[in-house]
Amino acid sequence: MLDVTILLDGVAYGMVLFIISVGLTVTMGLMRIVNLAHGAFAMIGGYLATTLLSAGLPFFAAALLAAAVVGIVGAFAELTIYRPLYRKGELAQALMTFGFTFVVIAALTTVFGTGIRPLPVPPVLSGVVDIGFRTYPTYRLFLVAVGLVLAVLLWLLIDRTSYGARLRAAVDNPRMARAVGINVNLLFTVTFAGGCALAAFGCVIGADLLPLEPYYALRYLVLFLVVVGVGGIGNFKGSFVAAIALGIIDTGGKFLLPQAAAYLFYGAVIILLLLRPHGLMPAKSAA
Amino acid sequence: MSEPLADKGLAAVAPSLRLPSAWHLLPWALALLFYFTAGGYLSLGTHVLIMILFALSLDLALGQAGIITLGHAALFGFGAYAAGIFAAHLSNDPLLGLAVATVLTGLFGALVGMLILHTAGVTLMMLTLAISALLAEIANQAHGLTGGDDGLQVGRMAPLFGLFRFDLWGHTAYLYVLAVLFLWSLVAWRIMRSPFGRSLDGIRQNPRRMRAIGTPVWRRLVVAYGLSAAMAGTAGALEAQTTRAVGLGALSVLASGTVLVMLILGGTRRYYGAFLGASVYVVVQNFAAQIDPFRWMFIIGILLMAVVLFLENGLMGLADVVRRALLAVQRRSGG
Repeated sequence: MLDVTILLDGVAYGMVLFIISVGLTVTMGLMRIVNLAHGAFAMIGGYLATTLLSAGLPFFAAALLAAAVVGIVGAFAELTIYRPLYRKGELAQALMTFGFTFVVIAALTTVFGTGIRPLPVPPVLSGVVDIGFRTYPTYRLFLVAVGLVLAVLLWLLIDRTSYGARLRAAVDNPRMARAVGINVNLLFTVTFAGGCALAAFGCVIGADLLPLEPYYALRYLVLFLVVVGVGGIGNFKGSFVAAIALGIIDTGGKFLLPQAAAYLFYGAVIILLLLRPHGLMPAKSAA
Repeated sequence: MSEPLADKGLAAVAPSLRLPSAWHLLPWALALLFYFTAGGYLSLGTHVLIMILFALSLDLALGQAGIITLGHAALFGFGAYAAGIFAAHLSNDPLLGLAVATVLTGLFGALVGMLILHTAGVTLMMLTLAISALLAEIANQAHGLTGGDDGLQVGRMAPLFGLFRFDLWGHTAYLYVLAVLFLWSLVAWRIMRSPFGRSLDGIRQNPRRMRAIGTPVWRRLVVAYGLSAAMAGTAGALEAQTTRAVGLGALSVLASGTVLVMLILGGTRRYYGAFLGASVYVVVQNFAAQIDPFRWMFIIGILLMAVVLFLENGLMGLADVVRRALLAVQRRSGG
């Protein structure tokens, strides 16, 4: 049953990609801004969690606390760094957020040093579980479960709450949303903070698959952007599907065709983007 | 520049076109002066010249045609590997290798451009990123041809024109690179002033309108991208020939980011923006990175953010601000 294992591995990897990238699809879809600093926020969370862990906090408390702090940092960044960017061109946005990423990397390495930061899997998750026909690492099943729970919660939040309705309105037509009295600015700040917090959380719990290191924010940025772009910018379900699909393609490639895995991954991305320039599921936009 | 520029957008495009022509000798005079006074820094100077050419190529694609790319290093790296592999297996004649690398990269760029230039904005950025990641992976895997992550060692080049040997101190290399940069900068200058260049300006500002008035937008963009690729390929080939090594770093996202920083720092669409930005960047980096590469990232990050927030036209824009201030002072004291 090798293929089922590969599939599960791929799904677990895809879930991590989804948790980290979902905030990015919001920034890029809702705020219409090219955000190259998303990995930087994830990375801040990861480094923070390593400190909290070594201070004696349990793994999950550290992950949640790190996510909360990064959420606050994200809200602050949105108010100070991102606000002036909304009216600028894509290039200015790309450069500004790229510059911010550099600063974050430099600051983190100054404080924490330049080595790989270990984020060990807690003992509860480090064993294996019997899943009928074979045993499987608990950690990866945990990732799948967390990803699924978060996906359902996000779907409920976006599809079933008044916050979600306002968010969707603002994605589809920000001017109209403002005109009917939605506080789009507040919506931006809150949503941005939430996306950053999720990225930090995903970085911490996914650190076994995407190891935390000084160039984390740049190395995996392409991956996060690809999930968002392939899924359709501003579309949560699209991001979910894209993250899982790319996770399976990448993992499957590495197992079955180790020589060609990277070609397979980027080849698939290029072909998808060429065939569907607006992603698998383009967000409905009135603009 | 004798004819008046009717459109305000165009007038804003290239103020340097109005410089008195004698000024254009200044950068080249400085470059020659540097040759005689550089001493041990000559190879650093060669690197500056190569980066100027690379930034100039980006200015054509990004500054003029508005092709927002995050993967320009793919083209630089392509040229570098083409020249390196050509030298290792076929001939170590520098000019032949340079020509082959330039043409191949240009064709590659045009081919890639045909595929990706139907898209724009974020999709285009991601495609350029993905293509450079794909190329880096190919170079990494094709160990036999490229040396993988050990890098490719390039043998010593044959003497230029069979006469001038590439000496240990880099005298020949510097003048060789300077001459190639001069030729390409003439081409770039010509493109900028040509109707073709003007149509690129139009496409950057409003592609829909250009299409409506009958410009074959996609074809123009492909040609621009191909030309830019050829120029970047030349820069990569020069790097391979003069440093006699090619590494995977030449294809990296960081390299694409670096050249963007150089260009933006100097100022896009200013022609001399690429010259100024690349010079300042490489020189500052050379001294700052000796301290600590991460502190260097800090400086570059702050510079990027500052340029976006306060100095939208780069250092060349700063020159404009100073000039305007001087004019204002002059007017006040005069009248």
